Amino acid sequence: MSTAQLSKPTGTPAAPPSGRGTVARVLGFPLLAALLLLVLVASTAFGAADIEPGVVAESVTHFDDTNTDHLVIRSLRMPRAITAALVGAALAAAGAIMQGLTRNPLADSGLLGIEAGAALAVMVAVLFLNIHSLSGFAVFAFVGAGVSGALVYAIGSMGRGGPTPIKLTIAGAALATLFASVTSLLAILHPLSYNQVRFWMAGSVAGRELELIAQGAVYILVGLSLAILLGRQITTLSLGEDLARGLGLNVLWVKLLAALAVVVLAGTSVALAGPVGFVGLVAPHAVRFFVGLDYRWIIPYGALLGAIFMVLADVVGRVVLRPMELPVGIMTAAIGGPIFIYLVRAKVKR
Amino acid sequence: MQTFHAEQLSLGYTAEHIIDALDLQLPVGKVTALVGPNGCGKSTLLRGLARLLKPQGGAVLLDGAAIHSLPTKQLAREIGILPQSPVAPEGLTVRELVAQGRYPHQHWFQQWSAEDEQALHSALQLTKLESLAERGVDTLSGGQRQRAWIAMTLAQETNTILLDEPTTFLDLAHQLEVLELVQHLNQQGKTIILVLHDLNHAARCAQHIVALHRGQVIAEGAPQDVIVEDVVRRVFGVESQILRNPVTGQPMCLPIRLAQ
Repeated sequence: MSTAQLSKPTGTPAAPPSGRGTVARVLGFPLLAALLLLVLVASTAFGAADIEPGVVAESVTHFDDTNTDHLVIRSLRMPRAITAALVGAALAAAGAIMQGLTRNPLADSGLLGIEAGAALAVMVAVLFLNIHSLSGFAVFAFVGAGVSGALVYAIGSMGRGGPTPIKLTIAGAALATLFASVTSLLAILHPLSYNQVRFWMAGSVAGRELELIAQGAVYILVGLSLAILLGRQITTLSLGEDLARGLGLNVLWVKLLAALAVVVLAGTSVALAGPVGFVGLVAPHAVRFFVGLDYRWIIPYGALLGAIFMVLADVVGRVVLRPMELPVGIMTAAIGGPIFIYLVRAKVKR
Repeated sequence: MQTFHAEQLSLGYTAEHIIDALDLQLPVGKVTALVGPNGCGKSTLLRGLARLLKPQGGAVLLDGAAIHSLPTKQLAREIGILPQSPVAPEGLTVRELVAQGRYPHQHWFQQWSAEDEQALHSALQLTKLESLAERGVDTLSGGQRQRAWIAMTLAQETNTILLDEPTTFLDLAHQLEVLELVQHLNQQGKTIILVLHDLNHAARCAQHIVALHRGQVIAEGAPQDVIVEDVVRRVFGVESQILRNPVTGQPMCLPIRLAQ
């Protein structure tokens, strides 16, 4: 790095000559993994009921199924923490892919209409098909995410040049607004039924059945693996389609596989937790500050940070207004909003 | 590479062809400039030559093989293409951008090799960007930025490089910076095909010029054979006088007025 560069107030440590962010890339994994473990422990230790830390540890080491506290931890808090981690990782990875693919820094499953489509599908299921179970919601959320993802892709592909980033973004934003207004319309027309899904619509990771979590975990792990495998291709694609094609990238295949990963990740996360905003936006941007613009690093580290952020938001939502509980979707926005503004401002200043 | 040519090539975005049944030989080892008015199909032709646009008829042949049937990654080791006005993601450094040029030489999970590092280094050296390697592409001047993109195509280590209007939106000094780099690369043995707006730029840096009008080749050959008053009138609709550049000896086009 040149001296001129060093004297520039970049606000970050000077990058080593072998490339930017090497230190962060090496230290990032153990650091983020440790943080994730820490927030997972915090998530099982804090809750509506006051349970001594010793009892929390005991519930893991010497589980006693007649002890109510042990049961609370094993059947309520642990599944909840795991759900939050899975959903956070999925949303962050999906957001990172969408930002790379559309070359739009604001892209995530919220902006591109996938969450709104899933929410509308759940609303329809509740109102017209008398579905009332969470696992029922999950199926419809998944289908809704897939259908809206396909719709965004189809509409964004119309006209000259196929699915260009700008057309995909416009199609996504337009459909997101359309789905959201139909959902609101249904809520106004059927206020009683809407009451059943209100909490789900705000995003929540409480009370998920183990079976649902296990299914979701499989989908999310598959989606994450696919996303991580596509990292290099997405980095190249983020230079622009013509360039990527000129570099020998099979653009159509990469886009299709990436779209599949997004639908699986975003669909499963909406199925598990309802629509949750800001994680897909904030987590990838935050890791970019440390590891640079290479998606081979942004996707896995973004997923880890997304998991941490989501678990943390859920813990905070449980303790700030005790004994009342705030849905995690509200907490991610409440915490993520200011962080995001700070990141953007810090970036503009540099 | 021995031969590069288009055979009965038809290109377009809709049913209407912009380039219709074009035969064109692109000389190996030379700088070829595609010139013509806006909308004449020169950029479309370049995109077709780079397999960014699928032919609606005919083929582009590299050593006799149709490029659209070659594996895209293999072709990316033969031909590099720099599209018009590319935009780098915000914050990407020169080094990171140029490193992307190694994509066709890498496989899934393959680590950055000594060969990659060597190619990156010589690309930065050829474009005189070594001291700017860690700078953000978006913080560079227009000419430096264009050199960084050209460095990326150089890291690709192809024999042939296609450039779509590499001097557009640059001021005079930056235009010369790019044209001199093109000449320098050609002296290193690269075949270069570029789209240019300015006839005098073409005369300056190309040994072969192809003048296009409405998708047809009006004239092709050495600068002194193509840059003549009759061709300028037919291609651009402009009356001109052709002078001799006192420094280089190349023809120089002085536009007089619009042709009747």
